[in-house]
Amino acid sequence: MSPGSWILLAVLASSLLPGLVIFAIAERRVALRTGLNLLGAVSKLLLVGWMLWGVAHGHAFELRLALLPGLDFVLRAGPLALLFVTLSSALWLLTTLYAIGYLEGSPHRSRFFGFFSLCVTASVGVALAGNLLTFLLFYELLTLSTYPLVVHRGTEAARRAGQSYLAYTLTGGALLLAGTLWLYSLAGTLEFTATGFVHGLVDDHRGALILIFWLLIAGVGVKAALVPLHGWLPQAMVAPAPVSALLHAVAVVKAGAFGIVRIVYEVYGVELAADLGVALPLAALAAITILYGSLRALYQDDLKRRLAFSTVSQVSYIALGVAIAGPIATIGGLVHLVHQGLMKITLFFCAGNLAETVHIHRISEMDGVGRRMPWTMGAFTLAAFGMIGLPPVAGFVSKWYLGLGAMQAGQDWVVLVLAGSSLLNAAYFLPILHRAWFRAPAGNGFAPAVGGRETGWLLLWPPVITAAMSLGAGLLAFIPFSPLEWVQFIARQEFIGYD
Amino acid sequence: MSPVLLPDLPWEALLILLPLTGAAAGALWPPAARAIGLLTTAGGLLLLAGLGTAVADAQTLRHAVGGWGAPLGIELRADALSLVFLTATALVGLGVAVYADSYFERSQARGFWPLWLFLLGALNALFLSADLFNLYVTLELMGLAAVALTAFSGGRAALSGAMRYLLATLLGSLVYLLGVALLYHATGTLDFSLLTQRLEAGPAARTALGLMGAGLALKTALFPFHFWLPPAHSSAPAPVSALLSALVVKASFYILVRLWLELFAPLSGLEGAGTGEVLGWLGMAAILWGSWQALRQPRVKLLVAYSTVAQIGYLFLAFPLLTAAGLPDPAAWRAVLWLVLAHALAKAAMFLAAGNLLRFGGHDRIPDLDCVAQRLPLTVAAFALAGISIAGLPPTGGFIGKWLLLEAALLQGRWDLVAVMLLGGLLAAGYVFKVVGHFFTPAAAGHAARPVPAAMEWTALTLAILALLLGLAPAWLLPWLDLAVGPGPAEAVP
Repeated sequence: MSPGSWILLAVLASSLLPGLVIFAIAERRVALRTGLNLLGAVSKLLLVGWMLWGVAHGHAFELRLALLPGLDFVLRAGPLALLFVTLSSALWLLTTLYAIGYLEGSPHRSRFFGFFSLCVTASVGVALAGNLLTFLLFYELLTLSTYPLVVHRGTEAARRAGQSYLAYTLTGGALLLAGTLWLYSLAGTLEFTATGFVHGLVDDHRGALILIFWLLIAGVGVKAALVPLHGWLPQAMVAPAPVSALLHAVAVVKAGAFGIVRIVYEVYGVELAADLGVALPLAALAAITILYGSLRALYQDDLKRRLAFSTVSQVSYIALGVAIAGPIATIGGLVHLVHQGLMKITLFFCAGNLAETVHIHRISEMDGVGRRMPWTMGAFTLAAFGMIGLPPVAGFVSKWYLGLGAMQAGQDWVVLVLAGSSLLNAAYFLPILHRAWFRAPAGNGFAPAVGGRETGWLLLWPPVITAAMSLGAGLLAFIPFSPLEWVQFIARQEFIGYD
Repeated sequence: MSPVLLPDLPWEALLILLPLTGAAAGALWPPAARAIGLLTTAGGLLLLAGLGTAVADAQTLRHAVGGWGAPLGIELRADALSLVFLTATALVGLGVAVYADSYFERSQARGFWPLWLFLLGALNALFLSADLFNLYVTLELMGLAAVALTAFSGGRAALSGAMRYLLATLLGSLVYLLGVALLYHATGTLDFSLLTQRLEAGPAARTALGLMGAGLALKTALFPFHFWLPPAHSSAPAPVSALLSALVVKASFYILVRLWLELFAPLSGLEGAGTGEVLGWLGMAAILWGSWQALRQPRVKLLVAYSTVAQIGYLFLAFPLLTAAGLPDPAAWRAVLWLVLAHALAKAAMFLAAGNLLRFGGHDRIPDLDCVAQRLPLTVAAFALAGISIAGLPPTGGFIGKWLLLEAALLQGRWDLVAVMLLGGLLAAGYVFKVVGHFFTPAAAGHAARPVPAAMEWTALTLAILALLLGLAPAWLLPWLDLAVGPGPAEAVP
């Protein structure tokens, strides 16, 4: 154990232990449960801040425990891992606050928050995993701990969504397991390294390496909702709004996208991926997913389903940036991991507010809702602008770097995909904004606000904060520790000589 | 180890005598049966700890009962392999005993305790036997105790299940005995260590292997000989189901492993590879057929019973895996022993949890489970955790076992085994989560619920947590299993 490695365990324990205790807490002890939740979330954030500071100053945090002969359980906090850890931890705090408000008075909250904490533990583990086995362990744990949240409502629809979720993700897990084992039997190691660890095998096992690549990508592609593996995501919309936020922004799809990053960069390495001829097909698959998701989103009247298809589309920006494999496109892809998370969680918080406060679930019911809930719809509007890619919201920065990186790598077609996707994004977001702000409410209008506030504080603040963060990540993209700055720090490590 | 704390006792003999004495005492004096049963079962764990330290020192212990050694007297032998099975027996046995204490009413309990202690004594004796005839005797004793336990609660389903079970187990023993007789005729001995010196490849050895293998496969319920298992295991009372699925089928498997590793596989020219191949194919068929049937079952206990059929299949996948020298692959066998432990703990937990569901709602029809996730959270957690281990998902003992076995198969390029294992894992997740999904939904019609004693919920959960912890401790436990599978084949190298 290297000095300071305890912090890696502490970062996991800060959500695992409160989660386990919360399972045992009686339903009515709201204050105790809330206190534990917040204690865990805040202490995790502090620990992550400490690690960020350390890594920025050149410290390395590593923890290694013997698991199987020749294979260790490895946690390592490098810049790439911390990108995802920071996103998850920060959004976990906000989502917890939101969930406390959202679920006020509803049954089975101890169970809910217990699994909620396990989920975040698993996604932080996915981020910190230092080899493919550790990654696999946490990746499967994430699947299992999310399932009870998807079926939380206990309806027949929720049960079916849960079955479909597991059918997709566990099959993905089995493919990932097969790829991992096969790779291990060839390479004898599974340790993530900055330029990949399979170079030595390319002469003897070229075909096997290509097959393994697709096994691994299919495994993580299920969670990243790459077409045609995306079917579970729109179905999982039956879950409560905080769970949707968790699935789309904090944990699940992000774990899949992060897996793609790890596999392309730190298992294969970008040069080898290009040499094997797998990078371009992956980019094409991502491009198809981007366009397909946007097209499907156009036709959804259910607000959450439209947002879900929008996620299908937006998450593939990350895969696209990674697969183009140039330094600038990488920056665009990786920074979108954070930007998409901030914007999409805002949208889901707002959708949850509409459903909870004025019982709106469909876009066709949203006429004039902007006047009833100005702050909620203001946050929604900002995030939607970001999704379309309008400056100065964060989404613009991602698209700018993606487009620039594609041109630099000689893949001009990507710019067309980006432009087409932006048009489609505008086509499915602007009508919502038009309805909300410029149309008169139908019939008797909405349920009136209580006490002069449009909704509860705990429901209102999280989306306002994340919307402000999306704006800030775009406006202040060049200050130290901004997502963009951090991603450039990562790119300097993955691409030697990039500055 | 520490001579002051642990005197040099004949642990092997005590492990057999204690439960048998307890069985007799419990039968003769029913009012004390419960106390005797619980104390004896718990005492077994202490004796096992003593035996474990002794085996850690000496690797293989031999004890001649009454001072009469082989070939004339009864010899007991304890090594790492027996220890694996004894440990599973002691842990599961203790959990089931605590559970049964709350499960049975007073009148039934009087029947249960002596039978259970008798079964425990027979199991321990089987795992410690050093010759083929004693193995037969203990196998027969165990079978009879198991049949009696299946039947003793009465009821039409239980009796007909027990009857089928009795016929299958008698037939299996008979065929096994024929093989034993053949070996005795050919070599003039039944002692394992003498047999390894005298047995030569040839028609006699080959026929004996075929007969003994078939008999044991029938008793282990290897596909297609599994027909007796689902009715017997699903109609028995929950604690008995747990014992049958977790331990009793493992006993005949243990004999098969002994025979394979120490007697038959090292014989060159026996076409051991061919036999191993057949067993491997049956194992694969068992995984697919058992899992598929489990997926189709409408009742929890039947589903769990078919899951046992599938899980037994995994244990047979090591037979076709041989080293370059044609000997059993230690890596594969290590994985199988790991799976034996993981399955024993998880399957016992699952059957106990199923028993809780049955007690709670008065039925175990899967679609009619009524919001049990909030009403029996501990039972639900036990079922789900055990199921995750059965499906080989991390971070459980089942995952480690599956990983080790997959690795062994992959290193030998056996893609068929790899594919079946992965598919079997998915099907297992399918049937486990088919049940788990209904834990959350309300039933169409409400049921009057019966309370479930806390001890019954906690024992199920404890066993499931043990199966989970097994997944965190491989670095600590694997050296023991290496001891169990490593030296056996290596010694036999000429």
